[in-house]
Amino acid sequence: MYDKIFPPKRIALPNGKVVEQKRSRMPIVLVLLFLALYYSIQFTDFELSVLLDRWKEFFFIVFEMIPPQWDYFPHIWQPLIDTIKMSLLGSVLGSVVAIPVAYLASSNVVKNRALVSGTKVFLSLLRTLPTLVTALIATFIFGLGTLAGTVAIFIFTLAYVGKLLYEQIENVEMGSFEAMESLGMNRMQAFRYAIFPQVSPNFLSTALFCFEGNVRYAAILGYVGAGGIGLLLNEGLGWRDYPSVGMILFMLVITVFFIERISEHFRKRLI
Amino acid sequence: MGTIERQLYASPNHKRYFTFITIILLLLFIWSFTAVNLQNVESSGWEIASTIIAGIFTPDLELLLTFTTQGVPYLLLETIAIAILGTVIGAILAVPLAFLSASNVVPSPIAWLTRLLLIFIRTVPALVYGLMFIRVTGQGPFAGVLTIALISIGMLAKLFVDAIEDLDTSILESMTSIGCTTFEKIRYGIIPQLFSMFLSIIIYRFDMNLREASVLGLVGAGGIGAPLIFAMSAYRWNEVGAILIGLVVLILVVELGSNRIRGKLVRG
Repeated sequence: MYDKIFPPKRIALPNGKVVEQKRSRMPIVLVLLFLALYYSIQFTDFELSVLLDRWKEFFFIVFEMIPPQWDYFPHIWQPLIDTIKMSLLGSVLGSVVAIPVAYLASSNVVKNRALVSGTKVFLSLLRTLPTLVTALIATFIFGLGTLAGTVAIFIFTLAYVGKLLYEQIENVEMGSFEAMESLGMNRMQAFRYAIFPQVSPNFLSTALFCFEGNVRYAAILGYVGAGGIGLLLNEGLGWRDYPSVGMILFMLVITVFFIERISEHFRKRLI
Repeated sequence: MGTIERQLYASPNHKRYFTFITIILLLLFIWSFTAVNLQNVESSGWEIASTIIAGIFTPDLELLLTFTTQGVPYLLLETIAIAILGTVIGAILAVPLAFLSASNVVPSPIAWLTRLLLIFIRTVPALVYGLMFIRVTGQGPFAGVLTIALISIGMLAKLFVDAIEDLDTSILESMTSIGCTTFEKIRYGIIPQLFSMFLSIIIYRFDMNLREASVLGLVGAGGIGAPLIFAMSAYRWNEVGAILIGLVVLILVVELGSNRIRGKLVRG
């Protein structure tokens, strides 16, 4: 279509041959991008002058946070540990449940078409729900507290790990699977001994990566009442008690940093 | 003992290491159970759950299909606008930061410091940034744009750095040997290598930003989040259903589109 409107450039080579160079798609992409930007600016009331005028206000809260209120530490300790526990529990349960779900969603292992696509749609639906929304709904069902947060993290982990796992299972070398089937194993056994060993390092690495992200997510889940350190964060922000907020953020950064280091160490060993 | 058997026994034995790790994991897992207290669970949980599900499956069609500023289509459009503008601004800011933290471009102390800054930026929750920017711009989508821009920087810069550190330098050497100027080396040696990678990363982040933008409304930073939260806290599950359906459809469509474009970009 595009090539018909803008005919390709013809170049005659010295030996008489004519080659065609397709015209670049760049102009049309640029026009679309600029249109999108223009309308986005209209829609969001973006004004550079306001930003240039008042950018100092942003640092107002940052400077209030420095120095953090060090003696707030004992209050933070328990919720911080709760946050880590929440994300650990949700991540482990989610990753374990993701294995059978991913099994059902892999088209090369399960031959029932309806079951495969049904599971896939289910996983992508779960994945599109923002975690904060899941957590909010969970607080209505399970009451305020860490259980709601754990459920939200569980659902997110299930969807994320499940999707990556079934993609890996579908890309696996099927030779050994077929060989084991021909030896008389059923599909489940063949999956256990032929496919699972191939995907398990990647699966563990994905699960660890997901846990890393979940600690960060769990920190804000308290904002909707789902337990953990977010409750304190919400409280501190509500009371404009910024030195305490600074202390919470400081502890959070340190925790996340350490967890990232540990999980990176193990992920490097896995692959 | 045959050669095969000897080879079999010669393989390193990781059993003790694995048992050790497994036991630690199990202990951590059991320990983490103590965080969950079940006494808060209301006995009416199932009842509430069924009302919620019933509400979501009978969405408020009027809300879903009106095109005023209150309707779902307008709110979705606003969310998309926030995500687009935020991603573009974030990407522009992330490029210099990425070059500053690439260890093959700048001396390692600078790279290390920039990385530390990036970790800091990444860890502070988006909602906190949202509140900070509301001080600057007042409530509304403008604050959302700035928040999205700031939280995208962390991940974008990290992925950009990986692309920069994987640069094939032999191309640059061969260009030096045929007498290219620095500008020519950047234009024909570096940009073609990085451009499609960067674009693919940016599109991926746009996908994520759409999700982020949909919850920023919680602190008053525009988008579809605020009406969603209001509807939830007022137990109007039909409205929640309408908004969620709109959101889910939008995210699925954008994800399909972005996967296709990224596939093309990576394959060339």
